[in-house]
Amino acid sequence: MTERYLLTGGRVIDPEGGKNEETDLLIQENRIVKIGSLRKTLVKSAQIIRAKGLLIAPGLVDMHVHLREPGREDEETIESGSKAAARGGFTTVCCMPNTEPPLDDQGKIRLIYDRATPFARVFPFGAISKGIQGKELTEVGDLFRAGAVALSDDGSPVANAELMRRVLEYSRLFDLPVVDHCEDPALSFEGVMNEGYTSTRLGLRGIPNASEEIMISRDLHLAALTKGRLHLAHLSAAGSVALLREAKRKGLAVTGEVTPHHLTLTDDALLSFDTNAKVKPPLRTRADVEALRTGLADDTIDVIATDHAPHTSVEKEVEFDLAPFGMVGLETALGIVLTELVSTGRLGLAKALAAMSTNPSKILKFPYGRVVVGGLADLVFIDLKKSWVVNPDQFASKSKNTPLVGRHLKGKAVHTLVNGSFALRDGRLVEPKEGND
Amino acid sequence: MNKPSTPWKRKDLLGLEELTVEEIQLILNTAESMKEILQRPIRKVPTLRGKTVVNLFLEPSTRTSSSFDLAAKRLSADTLNLSVKTSSVQKGETLLDTVRNLEAMKLDVLVIRSSSSGAPYFLARRLTAGVVNAGDGLHEHPTQGLLDLLTLRERFRRLRGLKVLIVGDVAHSRVARSNIWGLTKVGAEVSICGPPTLLPMEVERFGVKTFTDLDKALREADVVYVLRLQLERQARYMIPSLREYAQLFGITRFRLRQARRDIVIMHPGPINRGVELDPDVADGPWSVILDQVTNGVAIRMAVLYLLCGGEAGESD
Repeated sequence: MTERYLLTGGRVIDPEGGKNEETDLLIQENRIVKIGSLRKTLVKSAQIIRAKGLLIAPGLVDMHVHLREPGREDEETIESGSKAAARGGFTTVCCMPNTEPPLDDQGKIRLIYDRATPFARVFPFGAISKGIQGKELTEVGDLFRAGAVALSDDGSPVANAELMRRVLEYSRLFDLPVVDHCEDPALSFEGVMNEGYTSTRLGLRGIPNASEEIMISRDLHLAALTKGRLHLAHLSAAGSVALLREAKRKGLAVTGEVTPHHLTLTDDALLSFDTNAKVKPPLRTRADVEALRTGLADDTIDVIATDHAPHTSVEKEVEFDLAPFGMVGLETALGIVLTELVSTGRLGLAKALAAMSTNPSKILKFPYGRVVVGGLADLVFIDLKKSWVVNPDQFASKSKNTPLVGRHLKGKAVHTLVNGSFALRDGRLVEPKEGND
Repeated sequence: MNKPSTPWKRKDLLGLEELTVEEIQLILNTAESMKEILQRPIRKVPTLRGKTVVNLFLEPSTRTSSSFDLAAKRLSADTLNLSVKTSSVQKGETLLDTVRNLEAMKLDVLVIRSSSSGAPYFLARRLTAGVVNAGDGLHEHPTQGLLDLLTLRERFRRLRGLKVLIVGDVAHSRVARSNIWGLTKVGAEVSICGPPTLLPMEVERFGVKTFTDLDKALREADVVYVLRLQLERQARYMIPSLREYAQLFGITRFRLRQARRDIVIMHPGPINRGVELDPDVADGPWSVILDQVTNGVAIRMAVLYLLCGGEAGESD
């Protein structure tokens, strides 16, 4: 007998359906079976979860994380990353294929599914090129049949325009999106941060906005040529937002994503040479941050994704030039978005939640990101008033590389329900039951 | 000697960006007392006896490392000089571990030269010993900036309003950055000149004037600070050839006809003779290049002395 949960008095929000009301929700097995005012006495044998004062939203979907397995289990594993997801309110994460070895054949795609835990749903992206070398196309059909939900060489740009053209064409066979790491490698070269006043001050080599904008321009032209589905990962530059806006206006099948850190931090975060703020693409200027926020508010940018990139302290406790790019994000994303964007009025709550659940689900054709009768019970319960301080020692992630240490945030996931089972309850991880989908 | 208004409070000397004018003056004043020691028949005082100074140079250096070593020895500190070859960095040890081991052997001041911008900052936050930045990547070279200020102060007395032109590869020069900070803080007017490929982004925000026409820039200058051209710039398309660079931006006797007759020529060394600077200019009456080197020892004595807890005016 599977569990029944009656969630009472929470504010249920379904961004897609426009629902936002205080009501009850009945969950049976792994599905939502009723939404609406329910008499407790009439609902037999259901566990009652009082949700008064909490927001009940679709479980968050992060379409851009690095789980480092296989190969760099010292940084993160599928299990530790899934626990970090649950703590952050995420029920689904998509892992990037730039592991060691990369996810470039069906066996490695299956390995991800084999190692998945009930803490979160994990879907792998397959590599565009064999070994992420940017030379030969992977066997896309094999990757698709094994369960790859998108294609990407993330971490490296596809420098060869012909290869990019062909993968955009070929992936149409399976209707797979191509997730684009937009960077011109010659322009980025040895750059370690945004190019501008701050890089001049710090004597660090810069990466100009043009490095991203040029690649986006190229790939938008290729998307128009091929009718492929292009998704622009981790946008960082103001000009990139303008290019995406223009492409959407022309009706191209293109979508875009931005990270919480690019929405909230500038390259001033590097003034202390903090290697935890060293990311790619780099943190840019206030003007770029403003353009990204505007792009999100006017639906130019569809998705907020973390680009959760775990690195150990061994790797990060070195000279700035030698440190790898990346910061973790799963356990701070919701708090940062609610504190910096929603409570400041820059982004509506429903829109923020859509960018973190509904919209990525649509791009990847997932049945998640909704709170509807008959839908899967992947839910996050958010306490919007909960104040907390970022303390990486409490992270479930194996890596603690965040520049947000000590940051005061407001708003946190209290419970996370994956497939009808609790992965996070009262802020604590609990082992969910293996459910049937 | 002027009595300093503020005593030295810092554990480290990392860059000129963070120093106040008063702190800069304190170092320069202290260095003047040190110069006096250097002119004695016995050029050594016992001030830092029992203190240990470690010079860790992870990039090749002759001038700066010798200068720090001599400075420490003049003050009777024990010195240990380590380079890439003699440190364990080549054995895969991290810089932090290397330095923590040195600290466990009880050092008082670590002098560090690294090709990575920010390395001295990274170490200073993690060590109790004092850290002196002897050049970090493209970022800062504060003792160079200070010895240049001392050289100019000796020559001109007054630095406010002095017109200093920095010529060459400003983008990749830690010497230029430290000089821009130091000179603008003391009220000098700084201009830079070089091909646009070698001028850094948004450099105007430092309060400097930018020129690409050397002849025009020279006409306004009291001092020309010539930067060393790193020979590898050609490989990254920043200059087409050394020949063309020398033609457009090399400082020659002919070129100096545009400038005032008593113009002062500076260079941080080592010089690429015939590229950025002609030999007859480097060795001519305009040049204070060797004064810079002499002052380098005095500045480094002052810095080591202040970091070891001394107070200006009590150096002997």
